[in-house]
Amino acid sequence: MGKTLFDKIWESHVVKTIEGGPSVLYIDRHFIHEVTSPQAFNGLRKRGMPVFRPQQVVATADHNVPTLNQELPIREELSRKQVDMLVKNCAEFGIELYGLGHPYQGIVHVIGPELGVTQPGMTIVCGDSHTSTHGAFGTIAFGIGTSEVEMVLTTQCLLQSRPKLMRINVDGQLNPGVLSKDIILYIISLLSASGATGYFVEYAGSAIRSLSMEGRMTICNMSIEMGARGGLIAPDETTFDYMKGRQFAPAGEAWEKALAHWRTLHTDDDAVFDLEININAADIEPMVTYGTNPGMGIGVSKNIPAQASLPENERGNFAKALQYMGLKDGQPIKGQAVDYVFIGSCTNSRIEDLRLVADFVRGKQKADNVEVWIVPGSKQVEQAARAEGLDQIFEAAGFMLRQPGCSACLGMNEDKIPAGKYCISTSNRNFEGRQGPNARTLLASPLTAAVAAVTGHVGDVREFI
Amino acid sequence: MQQIKSRAVPVRMENIDTDQIIPARFLKATSREGFGKNLFRDWRYENDDENSPKADFPLNDPRWSGTILVAGKNFGCGSSREHAAWAIKDAGFEVVVSSFFADIFRNNALNNFLLPVQVSEKFLQQIFEAVDADPSTELSVDLPAQMITITTTGVSESFDINPYKKTCLINGYDDIDYLINMMPEIESFEADRAAV
Repeated sequence: MGKTLFDKIWESHVVKTIEGGPSVLYIDRHFIHEVTSPQAFNGLRKRGMPVFRPQQVVATADHNVPTLNQELPIREELSRKQVDMLVKNCAEFGIELYGLGHPYQGIVHVIGPELGVTQPGMTIVCGDSHTSTHGAFGTIAFGIGTSEVEMVLTTQCLLQSRPKLMRINVDGQLNPGVLSKDIILYIISLLSASGATGYFVEYAGSAIRSLSMEGRMTICNMSIEMGARGGLIAPDETTFDYMKGRQFAPAGEAWEKALAHWRTLHTDDDAVFDLEININAADIEPMVTYGTNPGMGIGVSKNIPAQASLPENERGNFAKALQYMGLKDGQPIKGQAVDYVFIGSCTNSRIEDLRLVADFVRGKQKADNVEVWIVPGSKQVEQAARAEGLDQIFEAAGFMLRQPGCSACLGMNEDKIPAGKYCISTSNRNFEGRQGPNARTLLASPLTAAVAAVTGHVGDVREFI
Repeated sequence: MQQIKSRAVPVRMENIDTDQIIPARFLKATSREGFGKNLFRDWRYENDDENSPKADFPLNDPRWSGTILVAGKNFGCGSSREHAAWAIKDAGFEVVVSSFFADIFRNNALNNFLLPVQVSEKFLQQIFEAVDADPSTELSVDLPAQMITITTTGVSESFDINPYKKTCLINGYDDIDYLINMMPEIESFEADRAAV
């Protein structure tokens, strides 16, 4: 029987399997950031252990950093301490840090791929659930807790049980105005916020193949939002073209050798998955969430479900979500007024996202009732946006192009949405309080967010193209 | 960890994500201690004010106490923050019972000797009903026997746990010790790979 892509990578990284227990899995790349690493370094100190393979660890500061005036000291004391702690830990343990002020600084899941640190066939971890993003390159990439960060720093290994495997095939032609973000929001709305728990997901099919690397990253990024351990996509010519010439990608002879290996990284025709799901790309329209988990999403032309149409045991949680959101069951989502537009996060803050938004708003003005924050995923994305003149388009429209970081995706820095306000957001989570206490989040694609920025409400991008 | 017998605190909600368990703005500490006071922060207090507890939230309700937290399905979804497990543990809980746990939370809990007990949806509802009817109802969790019992009704259910993790919990071993003992094998694995 043939092998899945997942198993090919997994098996080549198993150091040993414990009888009746997990496997010792070797980790190729370990990304760290300021929030989930300090306690792990304290653990190393307590045991008197060094970092085993510091050259396989890359650090950046992203969760806590301000997105304005990054050249000044961080004002918020606890945030500053945490970022300073990362600087100190990296210096003490010999880890490369792309911290504030460094030209490579940015959101950890944006910089890994853009620097070519993320490469097909690798195992990759980070103390962050959106590590699944790196799966777009045909890697086994997943989020871990801080105790596990400590394990990887100490031994470059983790104890892991092999997950079940699911394949989601998306075939056919995407409708105009439908982006990769809409594909993944559609999938999560079908499977629910827990529907893929216990699984690793391979995304396949012609609609997935047609996506750019950045589009694929958006898909894999949100795998965790349906509970999946991670998601991956087999590397192909699109992947290899993206990799070639990146700072840390193999070069010369090493490139040829790597390419020969990468070409073997695909699921064999006769491989079997524990679960397989087929989706017709033509069924997907621009998506918007209305509730407080990412599974609560609908096509922009649809109404929020009627409470009476739901199974009785789901109505309590549904009603609580709508009450939090200040929305009514059965109402259309289109036309819902918004107060803030956030374009950013490890899901949608890359240059293609910014280009799409800029193309849409060129010559338009932001609506009077909204504030628009555009937060690039990295210094390199910010540089590219300025070099291409996107900053001028944003400025002319009344948008603010800020500096890189996680920002209002989780409101750990000063970028919080005020209580009761609606934010249409290109990020990944609409949990209660995620963007600030009592903030109300509507997840959508960069284009749908751009529509809201210029109209002041949720709209259908297809009416504009 | 062997047997735990305690009253239970029921939080009857599904899909409780780690942002609810411990909101991001409280993740700025650099030690593992002290997160318990912010457990379920925004569900526990009005307007982020510790002097305004929400009376209807179970952690504020004097009827409920004990070291076993009981919650609806898909507990611990979302962010990988281990601070969620630290906060629950720091608030005095030893066991979390749900009909379904998110993967990363389950690992984080186990790595902190906080026992996630996954029960059937039916048994979960029986627990909620029993503690609603009589808040002094005790649950008994027997890790070696992998059995959870509602002591007032005598109804029991067995639960699954990875045998390796079970041994770790019972004996107080952690994964880091195990991996450190494997360093020679890890180094020879690296050497073999480099030779290919």
